Amino acid sequence: MTLLTVTDLVKTFGSGETATHVLRGLDLTLQTGEMAALLGPSGSGKSTLLTILGTLMQPSSGRQTMLGVDLTIATDAELTQFRNLHIGFVFQFHNLLPDFTALENVIFPTAIREGRETLAARNRGADLLTRMGLADRINFPSANLSGGQKQRVAVARALMNAPELVLADEPTGNLDRASAMQVMQLIGQINRDEGTTFLISTHDEKIAATCARQIVVADGKVSG
Amino acid sequence: MLYALKIASRYLTASKAQTALLVTGVAVGVFIFIFMSALIGGLAEFILARTAGDMAHVSIQAEATNPAQLGEFPGTTLLVQAATDETATLRDATNFQPLIEALPEVKAVSPQVNGAGVLRRGTQVAQVSIIGLEPGRESAITNLAKYMVEGDAGLRTGALLLGKSLVDDLGLSLGQSVLVQSANGIDAALTLTGIYQIGSGGPDRRMAYVSLSTARTLFAMPQGLTKVEIKLNDLYAADEVAAHIRALTGLPAKSWTVDGAQLLEALKAQAQTGYFLKTFAMITIVIGVASALLLSTYRRRPEIGIMRAMGASRNFVIVVFVLQGALVGVMGGLVGAGLGYLALLPFPTRDAFRPGTLPMDITQGSYGLAIILTVIGAIFASILPARSAARVDPVTAIGQ
Repeated sequence: MTLLTVTDLVKTFGSGETATHVLRGLDLTLQTGEMAALLGPSGSGKSTLLTILGTLMQPSSGRQTMLGVDLTIATDAELTQFRNLHIGFVFQFHNLLPDFTALENVIFPTAIREGRETLAARNRGADLLTRMGLADRINFPSANLSGGQKQRVAVARALMNAPELVLADEPTGNLDRASAMQVMQLIGQINRDEGTTFLISTHDEKIAATCARQIVVADGKVSG
Repeated sequence: MLYALKIASRYLTASKAQTALLVTGVAVGVFIFIFMSALIGGLAEFILARTAGDMAHVSIQAEATNPAQLGEFPGTTLLVQAATDETATLRDATNFQPLIEALPEVKAVSPQVNGAGVLRRGTQVAQVSIIGLEPGRESAITNLAKYMVEGDAGLRTGALLLGKSLVDDLGLSLGQSVLVQSANGIDAALTLTGIYQIGSGGPDRRMAYVSLSTARTLFAMPQGLTKVEIKLNDLYAADEVAAHIRALTGLPAKSWTVDGAQLLEALKAQAQTGYFLKTFAMITIVIGVASALLLSTYRRRPEIGIMRAMGASRNFVIVVFVLQGALVGVMGGLVGAGLGYLALLPFPTRDAFRPGTLPMDITQGSYGLAIILTVIGAIFASILPARSAARVDPVTAIGQ
């Protein structure tokens, strides 16, 4: 089943002589439950594509639909709500909230939606952290966790609202090989167990090899 | 809102030193606000107590017969008035007294028979104004009871109250008999039953208080009054009340502001100075909170970006930062108000002002107002940083 479709996606920064054309009519379709790697050289437009797919940025032109919703005509408030419910993010530098514990970081997306930290949310957050192998770090200040632990907390946070799509931008780029493989194993397991769709941007071919599909972006388009 | 409050309070507790500094800054502003309120309020109270507080706010006084004008010549006006010993009298004032007392603005009424006279003690003679007061109303206008240094203020028949300066000049002591002679030439031997000290030369040296019945005898006035003094709950309402009494009774009621315009102006100017100082204190608080929260916004840009990426709306971000401002306002307000109250405790109470001490009035610290204004000011100050935070582009912020 099709989860997401982008058609003729264009993103241009600036205008006139200084205009930079990052995406030049990109087409892409993701199926529900897919685990895809997004490959391409630096400057190819991978990060811009992830940002647009994550509804954090609007394309200059083109059409983007997900779960049957045309996201290119949605308002900022609608996109914010859609993002909260259906899309999870894992960033290269984990981007946890440093003044909050591991559990508080994980349940953040749900607490925002519900306006408070419910017991159900805390239980789900604790379960996710346990699945990530962080049962003994649940109430640890996130600033005191190791790099690998922080990234696993970030993965748990991305999964908290059970989103249909998780976008990961170089999720292992800042980790050692062992930690990187551990994170990828967890992602693969969740993909298999829960059918969550993952789109993972990476330069690492070994990481890309763990994904069922490889999407290569070059010159602002999907190649091949 | 509950979750936004948690994040706001977490941000504040995470940067303890910065928050402490910010709260201290706000507390100092509130402290100045309260200190100035107590000082300005106390000073006004002190001045009022020493001036308008001990005088009639509205007076009704019999007017002397106007002299007839015979004619005008270059540089000269020729007037004529028949010589008379008759004291100007308010013949109907007694009838109107209950009507005046029933007015809601009126606090006290003092019917009086006054006139000029002399005190004789052996060969010594002193000119005085004889004030005849109704027993039981001795302290209705000037709080004589408060100023008594010897004896008591009760004006029984035959009793006499004199100021300490006059008593010292005449070498009198409590219980001694003094011969009082009115301008009408009537004598009475009265007993000195009380000595007061108001602190100003006039009343302490040139006033002699007697009972209303004694004054009637001295001035041969079995009926009527020479003056009615009225004290109001709000002395600033004197003009309106005087006009009301004039319309109601036809008596020549006069507000204290007619002769005390300068005092009124001084009191108003003082109050305005207080408003200015308090406004500046509030502006300092607003600028302090706004600048600190702007810095905080800048420092937390990446976190704001993460929040937005996780689905936090712009309004949620605004609420987080406005709540931070409100919390700083509440904490700073409470600390400042507490410190202000403690700092004012050692000062004498409003009833115990003494020369040489600052006339601070702890009851006029405007504590509640200071806290409320501070919280409102802090919320107002946080709106700009909050809006700035809400405009943070998550993509740019996360990339920082």
